[in-house]
Amino acid sequence: MLDDVKPKPGAGAATGSGNVLEVQDLKKHFPIRKGLLRRTVGHVYAVDGVTFSIKAGETLGLVGESGCGKSTVGRVILRLIEPTAGSIKVEGHDITRLSKAEMRPYRRQMQIIFQDPFSSLDPRMTAGNIVGEPLGVHGVGKRRERRDQVAQLFERVGLRRGQMDNYPHQFSGGQRQRIGIARALALNPRLIIGDEPVSALDVSIQAQVINLLMDLQRELGLGYLFISHNLAVVEHISHKIAVMYLGRLVEYADKRTIFTSPKHPYTEALLSAVPVPDPAIKRKKLVVQGDVPSPMRPPPGCHFHTRCPYAVDRCKVEVPALRDLGGGQLVACHLR
Amino acid sequence: MAVLDHRAELNRAGANATGFFGTARFLMRRYPLGAVGAVIVVLFVLTALFAPWLTAYDPTSTNPRASLARPTADHILGADFMGRDMWSRVAYGARISLAVGVGSTFLGCLIGVAVGLTSGYFGGWYDLLIQRLIDIMQALPLLVMALVMAASLGPSLQNTIIAIAIPLVPNVARVIRSNTLSLREMPYVEAARAVGMSELGIAVRHVLPNTLAPLIVLATAQLGAAILTEAALSFLGLGIPEPHPSWGRMLSESAAEYVRTAPWLVIFPGIAISLAVFGTNLLGDALRDYLDPRQRT
Amino acid sequence: MDARADVQPEAGAQALLEVDDLQTYFFTRQGVVKAVDGVSFALRRGETLAIVGESGCGKSITALSLLRLIPDPPGRIVGGTVRLAGHDLMTLDEPAMRNVRGNDISMIFQEPMTSLNPVMTIGRQIAEVILLHQDVSRKEALAKAVEMLRLVRIPEPEQRVREYPHQLSGGMRQRAMIAIALACNPKVLIADEPTTALDVTIQAQILELIVELQQKLGTAVILITHDLGVVAETAQRVIVMYAGRKVEEAPVGELFAHALHPYTHGLLASIPRLDLMRGEVNDTPQRLQEITGIVPALTDLPQGCVFAPRCKFADDRCRAQYPPYEQKRSGHWAACWNSDALYGGALHA
Repeated sequence: MLDDVKPKPGAGAATGSGNVLEVQDLKKHFPIRKGLLRRTVGHVYAVDGVTFSIKAGETLGLVGESGCGKSTVGRVILRLIEPTAGSIKVEGHDITRLSKAEMRPYRRQMQIIFQDPFSSLDPRMTAGNIVGEPLGVHGVGKRRERRDQVAQLFERVGLRRGQMDNYPHQFSGGQRQRIGIARALALNPRLIIGDEPVSALDVSIQAQVINLLMDLQRELGLGYLFISHNLAVVEHISHKIAVMYLGRLVEYADKRTIFTSPKHPYTEALLSAVPVPDPAIKRKKLVVQGDVPSPMRPPPGCHFHTRCPYAVDRCKVEVPALRDLGGGQLVACHLR
Repeated sequence: MAVLDHRAELNRAGANATGFFGTARFLMRRYPLGAVGAVIVVLFVLTALFAPWLTAYDPTSTNPRASLARPTADHILGADFMGRDMWSRVAYGARISLAVGVGSTFLGCLIGVAVGLTSGYFGGWYDLLIQRLIDIMQALPLLVMALVMAASLGPSLQNTIIAIAIPLVPNVARVIRSNTLSLREMPYVEAARAVGMSELGIAVRHVLPNTLAPLIVLATAQLGAAILTEAALSFLGLGIPEPHPSWGRMLSESAAEYVRTAPWLVIFPGIAISLAVFGTNLLGDALRDYLDPRQRT
Repeated sequence: MDARADVQPEAGAQALLEVDDLQTYFFTRQGVVKAVDGVSFALRRGETLAIVGESGCGKSITALSLLRLIPDPPGRIVGGTVRLAGHDLMTLDEPAMRNVRGNDISMIFQEPMTSLNPVMTIGRQIAEVILLHQDVSRKEALAKAVEMLRLVRIPEPEQRVREYPHQLSGGMRQRAMIAIALACNPKVLIADEPTTALDVTIQAQILELIVELQQKLGTAVILITHDLGVVAETAQRVIVMYAGRKVEEAPVGELFAHALHPYTHGLLASIPRLDLMRGEVNDTPQRLQEITGIVPALTDLPQGCVFAPRCKFADDRCRAQYPPYEQKRSGHWAACWNSDALYGGALHA
């Protein structure tokens, strides 16, 4: 099944079957400190044991609702947040415990695109300087060469060379997101983490940016970790999909399997909650009741049991392991 | 559809304001009090700059015959006990006020930015320590702090500037720190971190430039306070020493003895201080509204 | 502009809210922003009308104009009428208008946290609205508040009335907002992006609730959204807005099946469709159809049809003259010179 979705190898695709990114049992527990002495009184279990991998030219869609820890996963991989446990391998190299200085070469391998096209660009820098900044930080080329490189990046993401000296506020939301993409591409990374990269954009602009991301992946063989709450977008752009709930993966499979035969009740609920833009389709909906519990006090056993229509006693005490149901479909549910 | 005449509304919104004068006219209409403040400040600065050309007498030369002269054509604002021309002294006093005001505000902002930026950016124990220090300093009124400083440093122009600058530091540091705290969470700072930029580089390249607008607003607001404090210090004899003409000291020299016999000795420096403080405050308020509408309270 | 003369959306005798040629302009340093430029529509009792469009298309300003809540300056309603059950709201004085807000027409907003008062209990906020518009005692109002919370299916309403907004989750807060909005049994409920800030499973709950309450109470709903999925699942009729103008209006099935304006058509084509869930085979990601270009600045609208610069089908006439807004099929209105030619032709090839 996975072979079907493997993309055509791109021009710069990595050799062999090497994964661009491997994440093993990643955990991030944020301490909650209180009082004058900042004593730790508890933890937010933002990410609680997440495992997945991404190949060159492949997109993994990481979906879940707010507070499920999906954005934290992205930031931990980039070591913007220090992981509590687990390992992160970029192109086969373990970067989990590297020092700041040791991290530097690996920063060139992976970059991030943010959700908000307004706050992700420094309002006091020109677009050209924003895109060129990573080159400067890593001392790539001379000033003149860098400017040429930035100009090429501008053209690659569909902006004009002449716009390099404009400030962010002179661009529209979609164009600003293109600047953010150009900045992420500047160091020729192997992996791009997109944290809701199209969620803040208008519908007609969203399509342009999604297409751009897909074109770039085809040309450069980039691996994407595409973090989003929008299942329709994720379905469109991804090859594999991981569904998160309260810090844990509940289902992980290739796109086709997830969307045609979801096995975890949460995946099922998530899919049926997506409004389908076609009034001709009348679906039977599985509307789950209640709210997502707080990640500070996640329910025992299966985190989803408080909202699961099928929950049995076992779900309330025993944490379900992520098991392979065949065909690479991993599901964490006692009932499957 | 009826042809609607929107010219009035557009004028009010400033759509037709083009060029320097157009924009100035629009701003004047939009912020009339700020315009008044700006005019006062400009006059104040011009007087300070061109004092030698605007006055006929040396502010320090005495003339026994003119002692306590009433305001006349010769001495438009009268003369003091030693026969020094009051207009000259008020005009030259503007230089002192401006020098101390701008100097101490600049110095205070410089130190405040350094403290606030590092405290907000690096956090931890350093931040905790700085914050408590600032708390202690802010518990004392600006004037009291300046008094203590001035008394221990001794009267001189530089010392007055330092004495006023130091008490300004906590205010600036506070604002810059809170700004820094929010800025360092901005995605563009995260992006810089993700490409491996050093924390110092981020602080200088991304955080500092984005704190400039609130800093300008704050500095203008502090200018008035600094001028007033200088006057107060000089009034108490701790500020600018003789023979430099300082508005504050002009008041103190004259108030007790001559307020009844020669009220102009008190009135004119008093008006000068009030106008300068009033003008900078009005300008500061308008600047805040214009540059940083979120700070409006 | 003369094209609007024949714009009479089917305002049947039962029309509850009639909006005619509404114009809301903002006067800014950049010039006149025609945020809403000649929007007309009618809303029937118990109906859900969706207004869709991208940011800056004027959909939210339209809603605020109905309640006369445009900040002045810089904004002003410069023309048009809004009639609620035959009464012109534009001629009411401010006290009378206040009586309409929250009582006859109420509104729920995108962000429930910022539209609730953080220092007042949920119960008091609901009671406040009831006391404002109805002649009841404090006690009765609080009892009604509990009733309302039960209606919007907040569990343990007796306890929840005493809680503050921060003690509720996002979904619960939006339910509380709906309770406040419906407290006086309004004739019209305006929901401005009511689920945009919510998670998808919570969104499903809230949409279900709105639809259910509407059927129970017979409230007419104006649903303002950018999400065509939400429109498809909840609305009966749809208005599509672009750059301050109405470009298309049709019953929901008709609109999704035969969009007659190239903008609507482009929007529908540009959204990812969940093809796999609909049983379509699509293993390798396909490019989405794009609408090229960007929404023009409202201060600098192009000559002729405002969509022409982004339109694949634009010709010289489109670039010169704004197309009339006319009925193209039964109940289906659009402002496009080429939709007749395009319909069944290139547009749907």
